[in-house]
Amino acid sequence: MTQTTPDPVRRQRAQVKVRTLRTDRWWLAPLLTFLGLSSFLVYGVWAILDTSYFVDPYIAPFSSPCLATSCPEGARFLGWAPFGDWYTLPPGLLILGLPGGFRLTCYYYRKSYYRSFWLSPAACAVQEPHGKYTGETRFPLIVQNVHRYFFYFAILIGGVLTYDAILALIHKPIGLGTWILVLNAVLILGYTFGCHSCRHITAGRLNHFSRHPVRYRAWTFVSKLNARHQQLAWASMFSVMGADLYVRLVAKGIIAFPFA
Amino acid sequence: MSYKAKFKVWRGEGGEGKLEDFTIEVNEGEVVLDIIHRLQATQAPDLAVRWNCKAGKCGSCSMEINGKPRLGCMTRMSTFSEDETITVTPMRTFPVIKDLVTDVSYNYEKAREVPSFTPPEGVRPGEYRMQQVDVQRGQEFRKCIECFMCNNVCHVIRDHEENKPAFSGPRFFIRIAELDMHPYDVAPDRKETAQGEHGLGYCNITKCCTEVCPEHIKITDNAIIPMKERVVDTKYDPLVWLGNKIFKRSK
Repeated sequence: MTQTTPDPVRRQRAQVKVRTLRTDRWWLAPLLTFLGLSSFLVYGVWAILDTSYFVDPYIAPFSSPCLATSCPEGARFLGWAPFGDWYTLPPGLLILGLPGGFRLTCYYYRKSYYRSFWLSPAACAVQEPHGKYTGETRFPLIVQNVHRYFFYFAILIGGVLTYDAILALIHKPIGLGTWILVLNAVLILGYTFGCHSCRHITAGRLNHFSRHPVRYRAWTFVSKLNARHQQLAWASMFSVMGADLYVRLVAKGIIAFPFA
Repeated sequence: MSYKAKFKVWRGEGGEGKLEDFTIEVNEGEVVLDIIHRLQATQAPDLAVRWNCKAGKCGSCSMEINGKPRLGCMTRMSTFSEDETITVTPMRTFPVIKDLVTDVSYNYEKAREVPSFTPPEGVRPGEYRMQQVDVQRGQEFRKCIECFMCNNVCHVIRDHEENKPAFSGPRFFIRIAELDMHPYDVAPDRKETAQGEHGLGYCNITKCCTEVCPEHIKITDNAIIPMKERVVDTKYDPLVWLGNKIFKRSK
């Protein structure tokens, strides 16, 4: 067996009194991530409070599904309005927590905001500024383990956005906004089904792939999406923001060209 | 084509030491470890460096080159410009023995805490029958050459020495994942001990271990996150707990 020597003389690390010796631009990636995620947050707050979220046949993704009586007739999801007249706040607030929670607890986004917002660490081999670190072992970060439940809701939200895109597709003539909503739905579904929890649920939890060939094939497909989870996270984030902004600009009449 | 390169090499014993400047010849096709050997041969005969295969397969020459954990034998000098000063230091997370040689016994202590492969009763070696699809997940983790750069770069212990008793590091999370995913392993409580004794919950999945792995093992995506999800199954998900009770699932 390997012998180890707990000699006190040997117990000290190399004393290098700088935070990092890296010479590359290690700060660039966390800075860009910080700016990207911050812009998404700022846009999200504005979009939730904005009331121009529907113009037939488009509904802005941040406000879909629209579940309040205050939603215009055509904007209501399946004509359904379970929240009555008493609900007067923006309808987007009702569903905001589901996709928001999905992204907040997503394994990729965790990496990105732990690095760019919390600097824990900002980049590899760059010393973090915190004196103490307990990771996800205790409250509040232990709550990240709830991710799979948000994944279940994210499937529903992805389904609703797909439904919105199909509604726009069957509306004639087809405008640019329709293709924007279709692209957004595809990217959202790609991001959702590439989720690490989805990978675990399909077959990741099994030890005998060979006994479950259908689940194994599903796992193989999810693994391919999962390998691009980071790219899909960014692409779907910008697509949902872009699609949402586009619909609102059309609804406000700012974008008014033919086939908008 | 030769040129003179500027090097800064950390020299010292037991933690005390400093960066020493060298100017040294570099020839076409050489790697950083070649230059360290030339320093030993020409300017610093007592410079200590651990090395063996010079082929990226033994995991001995782990060091930090311009602040990044790298294998000295796999870092080509052609990746640096000729006027660049190259700084070489020992791995930061482990105690220094001398110069670039660190005491990595922390890793061997952690290795002993992982219970070995436990086959079911009555199945003897030679009787295992497994499909390739069942084996290949674990095979990725067997590529590990134990350079310990993943454990070195992990900020949980790199920046917080106090976490060492509670945290085994990415190298042992892939070992635990390999065993837990093994079709013939029946050792109980691997998920519980991964979270408890080995400190899986400390990992905040910032993926530095994956970034530095010279074998390109997808440590975070294929081992740590799947193990975190398995821990959720056993500790945090009431629906899975209920399903296990109803259908009497064990593993």
